[in-house]
Amino acid sequence: MTKYTFTEKQDTRSGFGAGLLELGHKNPNVVALCADLTGSLKMGDFKKEFPERFFQVGIAEANMMGLAAGMSIGGLIPFTGTFANFSTGRVYDQIRQSIAYSEKNVKICASHAGVTLGEDGATHQILEDLGMMRMLPNMTVINPCDYNQTKAATIAIANYEGPVYLRFGRPKVPIFTPENQVFEVGKAINFTEGHDVSIFATGHLLWHAIEAEAMLADRGISAEVINIHTIKPLDETSVLKSVSKTKCVVTAEEHQLNGGLGDSIAQLLGRNQPAPIEMVGVDDRFGESGKPAELMEKYGLSTGDIFEAVLRVLKRK
Amino acid sequence: MSQTVEKNPTATIAELQKISSQVRRDIVRMVHGCQSGHPGGSLGCTDFLVALYFYILNHQSDFKMKGEGEDMFFLSNGHISPLWYSVLARSGYFPIHELATFRKLDSRLQGHPATEENLPGIRIASGSLGQGLSVGIGAALSKKLSKDTSKIFVLMGDGELQEGQIWEAAMYAAHNEVDNLIATVDYNGQQIDGPVDEIMSLKNIKAKWEAFGWDVVECNGNDFESLLPALDEAIARSGNGKPILNIMTTEMGYGVDFMVGTHKWHGIPPNDEQLSLALGQLEETLGDY
Repeated sequence: MTKYTFTEKQDTRSGFGAGLLELGHKNPNVVALCADLTGSLKMGDFKKEFPERFFQVGIAEANMMGLAAGMSIGGLIPFTGTFANFSTGRVYDQIRQSIAYSEKNVKICASHAGVTLGEDGATHQILEDLGMMRMLPNMTVINPCDYNQTKAATIAIANYEGPVYLRFGRPKVPIFTPENQVFEVGKAINFTEGHDVSIFATGHLLWHAIEAEAMLADRGISAEVINIHTIKPLDETSVLKSVSKTKCVVTAEEHQLNGGLGDSIAQLLGRNQPAPIEMVGVDDRFGESGKPAELMEKYGLSTGDIFEAVLRVLKRK
Repeated sequence: MSQTVEKNPTATIAELQKISSQVRRDIVRMVHGCQSGHPGGSLGCTDFLVALYFYILNHQSDFKMKGEGEDMFFLSNGHISPLWYSVLARSGYFPIHELATFRKLDSRLQGHPATEENLPGIRIASGSLGQGLSVGIGAALSKKLSKDTSKIFVLMGDGELQEGQIWEAAMYAAHNEVDNLIATVDYNGQQIDGPVDEIMSLKNIKAKWEAFGWDVVECNGNDFESLLPALDEAIARSGNGKPILNIMTTEMGYGVDFMVGTHKWHGIPPNDEQLSLALGQLEETLGDY
């Protein structure tokens, strides 16, 4: 039995909306921009409370990124809101030149990431966003795991100088991290101590990693589950420390294997401390329409997939 | 002995022309010095940037990124960087001798403007076209939010108007009455592959911007007699619920006879012989760097 339980499910995007509203009260420099998805991004409460600090930009994401960059020059802290697809791929050059290279204090907040966007299908299910953002110099990349962590991360990045990509999602998922936690950018969180295998998980996959850990424990396998909510900068010390003990690794993310968390950890280990690694993620293909849970199953992102990956990697030790 | 010049709102046209002559010398020497860069558009827009920095803008050469209480200028067509660098240096933002480092290794004067090396006067990177108008609008919104009545100025190329983001920004600024913004189009009719009318015509550029909800002024950007009244008029019309567009006709390469009016000098440097020909046509008024 895992020591983590939940009584409620909530979408991570609602955690963002709650965090943004709280920031509105706390920090007069926080402004929000949205590209015609105020309801989907849960930015309605901020808009209602702070209408003079909310900017509806219409279906024009490139302009939104430029506006945000320009607003930040005078000391405002702009939070942009749209789907992850339109927050990254559609506006990559705007982010690259006007935000990342220009070192602007813009928070790019991206919902509906990954296959769990569901029925809208592959056009909207971006699985490459972490990779794109991670490659940009100056960019910080965060992918929280539940409502509470997303809320805390939203609040934390307002005081974290520089461009940030904050990724969250659409479906209701278990809430299992503490309410009112303090979010530390770049700091991995150990969820279970273990000595046979390190499981590094981010976003929605963390809950599945926790479930897999319980199944493994029933088999007498001791897994160390570590939450990498900040993909970049990666908490290299925590990763290397865990792997020096367990000697093998499974990574889990709702993202392409190319360019994501797994890639990041494989690179770190390859350069410092080689160890067998198995990666749970989407293997170089686009998603499709379906229910979020069905898609997680079909695309190899389930609790069972993490469990199987651990069995495979243990044989390679 | 090279000089910097303070902003002077009562400067005479003769004084501005002197500065322009020196800036044009700087431009051809800079692109010659690194055998790279974009002289054509830089020479064409020289009088405009000289008018801004030495006559129009309320600005401080003791550079502050936030620019509180200051007018701000954003260069969207970043490839005319030698012009901007020369004008910034001649206004006292950084030492004039630094112009010699343009496009060379370890320079703050990157090929296209950048903030990474903290070059005073630059607030955002530009070069990939179409982005500066959005940035300017963002800065204008920020000014409004903080009740700062200063103005935002943006310069774009005419070929640059082919970028879709420009029209997203144009629509946004009109809808949201961003009327502390004066954008200028360098209407020189040329782009890399040839005349704009052959590549992809802007057709009736004035009607387009008016249809988008902008207030439009027009001028000849290579004639201070036309340029200064147009900028004064643009400022007078600001604050009335509409963003303002200045359609500024210029000649690419203006000031150097063999570079005038052709796209061929968009992005190539003069050789030694061409440099001395060009410098022979441009009086050294403030001292070369």
